Amino acid sequence: MSDDLFDIRYRKGLPDELRRMQDEVEKVARNAGLDFFPVVFEMVEPEEMSMLAAYGGFPTRYPHWRFGMEFEQLQKSYVYGLSKIYEMVINTDPCYAYLMNCNAMVDQKLVMAHVYGHCDFFKNNMWFGHTNRKMIDVMANHATRVRRIIDRFGTERVEEFIDCCLSVENLIDLHGAAIKRQGNREDPIRAALRARAEAGGDPELPDAHHFKADVDRSYLDEYVNPPDEVLARRERALQKSLEPTKHPERPERDVLGFILQNAPLHGWEADILAIVREEATYFAPQGQTKIMNEGWATFWHTRLMTEKLATADEIVDFADHHAGTVAMSPYRLNPYKLGLELFRDIESRWDTGRHGREYEACDDMARKRDWFVDERGGLQKVYEVRRIYNDLQFVDAFLTEDFCRRNGFFTYGFDKTTNQYLVESTQFTEVKNKLLDQLTNFGQPIIDVVDANHDNRGELLLRHQHTGGDLKMDWAETTLKNLCRLWKRPVALETVLKGRTVRLRHDGKEPSRAWLDGKSRKKDGKKAAKA
Amino acid sequence: MITTKIERDVRRFRKIVRGRIRDDLRKYMSSGELIGRKGKDFVSIPLPQIQLPRFRYGDNQGGVGSGDGEEGDAIGQGEEGEGDGTGKAGQAPGQHILEVDISIAELAEIMGEELELPRIEPKGERNIVAKKDKYNRIAPQGPDSLRHFRRTYKQALQRQIAAGSYNPKNPTVVPIKADMRYRSWTEDTKPERNAVIIYMMDVSGSMGAEQKEIVRMEAFWIDTWLQSQYDGLETRYIIHDASAREVDRDTFFHTRESGGTLISTAYNLCQKIIDAEYPSSEWNIYPFHFSDGDNWSGSDTRECLALLKERMLPNVNAFCYGQVESEYGSGQFYKDLDGEFGGDDADDRVILSRIDDKDAVMDSIKTFLGKGR
Repeated sequence: MSDDLFDIRYRKGLPDELRRMQDEVEKVARNAGLDFFPVVFEMVEPEEMSMLAAYGGFPTRYPHWRFGMEFEQLQKSYVYGLSKIYEMVINTDPCYAYLMNCNAMVDQKLVMAHVYGHCDFFKNNMWFGHTNRKMIDVMANHATRVRRIIDRFGTERVEEFIDCCLSVENLIDLHGAAIKRQGNREDPIRAALRARAEAGGDPELPDAHHFKADVDRSYLDEYVNPPDEVLARRERALQKSLEPTKHPERPERDVLGFILQNAPLHGWEADILAIVREEATYFAPQGQTKIMNEGWATFWHTRLMTEKLATADEIVDFADHHAGTVAMSPYRLNPYKLGLELFRDIESRWDTGRHGREYEACDDMARKRDWFVDERGGLQKVYEVRRIYNDLQFVDAFLTEDFCRRNGFFTYGFDKTTNQYLVESTQFTEVKNKLLDQLTNFGQPIIDVVDANHDNRGELLLRHQHTGGDLKMDWAETTLKNLCRLWKRPVALETVLKGRTVRLRHDGKEPSRAWLDGKSRKKDGKKAAKA
Repeated sequence: MITTKIERDVRRFRKIVRGRIRDDLRKYMSSGELIGRKGKDFVSIPLPQIQLPRFRYGDNQGGVGSGDGEEGDAIGQGEEGEGDGTGKAGQAPGQHILEVDISIAELAEIMGEELELPRIEPKGERNIVAKKDKYNRIAPQGPDSLRHFRRTYKQALQRQIAAGSYNPKNPTVVPIKADMRYRSWTEDTKPERNAVIIYMMDVSGSMGAEQKEIVRMEAFWIDTWLQSQYDGLETRYIIHDASAREVDRDTFFHTRESGGTLISTAYNLCQKIIDAEYPSSEWNIYPFHFSDGDNWSGSDTRECLALLKERMLPNVNAFCYGQVESEYGSGQFYKDLDGEFGGDDADDRVILSRIDDKDAVMDSIKTFLGKGR
């Protein structure tokens, strides 16, 4: 698109002064090496800003009360002077960004620089690769579809169903877009066996060589594949082939997708579930890259502002605003600050060669402190990092012990006896593990579908991969109830509670629990008591 | 404005919060709050929230923070039900927090919705222009009490950087006179609609504690609604038995006299106050009278009716009479008023209501305010 055309189509609403400012910021950003979609800035009033923020940045969403709730919160906290949204930008092409009309000019400049950072990140970070850049249209279409469904089936009924879907919207496969999981592909040996059985033949075992592991050196064969073991493998395969097949064959992470394909949903229900799943998938990378995305935008706005953009009379106001953005509190990790410091640390480490095996292995503190290899690879490295990492990998790879100590990180936990949060540890490994824990799967439990025909009764069985924390039980039970509404049959979840394996089940009316760890096969719950 | 698009969602959310629809969702409601600051006090602004259930970890997970913490240091108070899995600690201890359960404006809005009250159209051209000072400017001169610390500091910092006297290693910033910045005002004129409510109550022996409680409730809701409809609201209180006098709010609700009842004394005093202080060209006037319906004599009643008809009614938005039923009251006055102003050619400036007990208060409010006068 030529610049003139772009101007006519997208920038009509922007005042001249801001338009000139945008040109300047854009030029400076491009010269610094940022690569972005065209950016469209729109001036909005505080109330519009609250609305857009409630809608996740989009001008049109389907009708739902939670947008109203978020709007009320944002608007109230703006009106009472508790918080103010300076900027918002969405991942689309062209990239839409909103400026608050009551901001000072220096703030607008900072916001623009910040937005170009985000936009570069959206375009280049691979975790955003699968997202639909025409999402504004998609969201508007979703809104129309949901409105039509509401017109036909009534607000109450549709809204209740949307609530059920939203209650499980976190059960999607974060990596689904990137990985083709083996999921439901059948094991080839088993397929051969089945084919033979279906052809009327005996499920006779295929030749022995099917059960031999590959060996590149023939003299190893008898060690790797002892004849007895090969026979045993054949036997196991036979046994397995006689068991009823399970569906899904392997645990399925994309619970929503699985339900969508396998549950007896009405047309409109499937439509809504698909909408919720698509939107959740679209927003997922923003959750996966919060620290990096904000860090990257902050890294660039400080750099562009201090090196190029801010004039002498603006610099103090800029510093004031920036200090607010990166302020830390003891209770909360500020993603802007953490991301910014990590990117800066990476830049300086790769500029001075403080990385790699030799540096890590060095025991001499004095030498390490004065370490310098003139590499000047810092900028190149940060660009690489912004392309291929997400928050989890970013923290895992670049949060060093030295960095942790310099920034005074600690872990805290809740102490029941004093009803207070206490600092638990300042140890590097503790801090890092806690952080990684919180970033894994957004800090949400990992749950798979393991059986769609549990107990041979068409019930859905889910399994929680327990990694330490117990689920919030009352929530889990009501969530199961909502799942029943989608699956239309009872749904069960295996998890661990206080060290014991438990199966929570909900039949749509009431919850029940069964302990599975064999120590005492005591059952409780109302359901069991009746039985 | 675009915002109207989200209004539907906001309305729906409010209805859910108030329990009108979707009862199933109310169990997920938590009374969140925003902690705001008003001068030295912290103010809690209510913020109902509904969180849909999902699979998540239990409360009080803890997290990672930063600062000068040593192992075992406390960093914040736990809160009931707090924690969304990301490990957020509660507010720091030792704050003094005022509770604002619900703002009067919100209350009025709920009330308006519940009772389906029409908005009041202020009458005629009787709007006056009021001047208001708004502190929304910064000036280089002013009294010390209005000094804007932050702006002054920034100004001094900028000057020191420009002059080269700022030392980042020893960041002391000393403002001089020219750096000082003060809050200053602009004068804002806007049309203001004012209203006055004149409450009159019979405090003769037959009005007991229960009757007064009912009047108190009535007055609260009337104040709330009219406050939401006008920029400025004044209230005046008159009590009467055989004679009338003006009192303050507290006395109004807590006085009990004995003796007879001459309603005309109150109406006369009320009219006097209106004549002296509330020209009807500038004020929307609402006299409210509560009594148990007994008057001393028929001749006094006739005097009341004449006064109402000739002098009071032409000047007021509405004259409201609430009859609080008591064991001793005959309720005759209601009939007299109804006979004079009710019927086919009813004067809709006169609004009458009988209040049997506390449960009838809301209906009576609806009667009083439902006409939108």
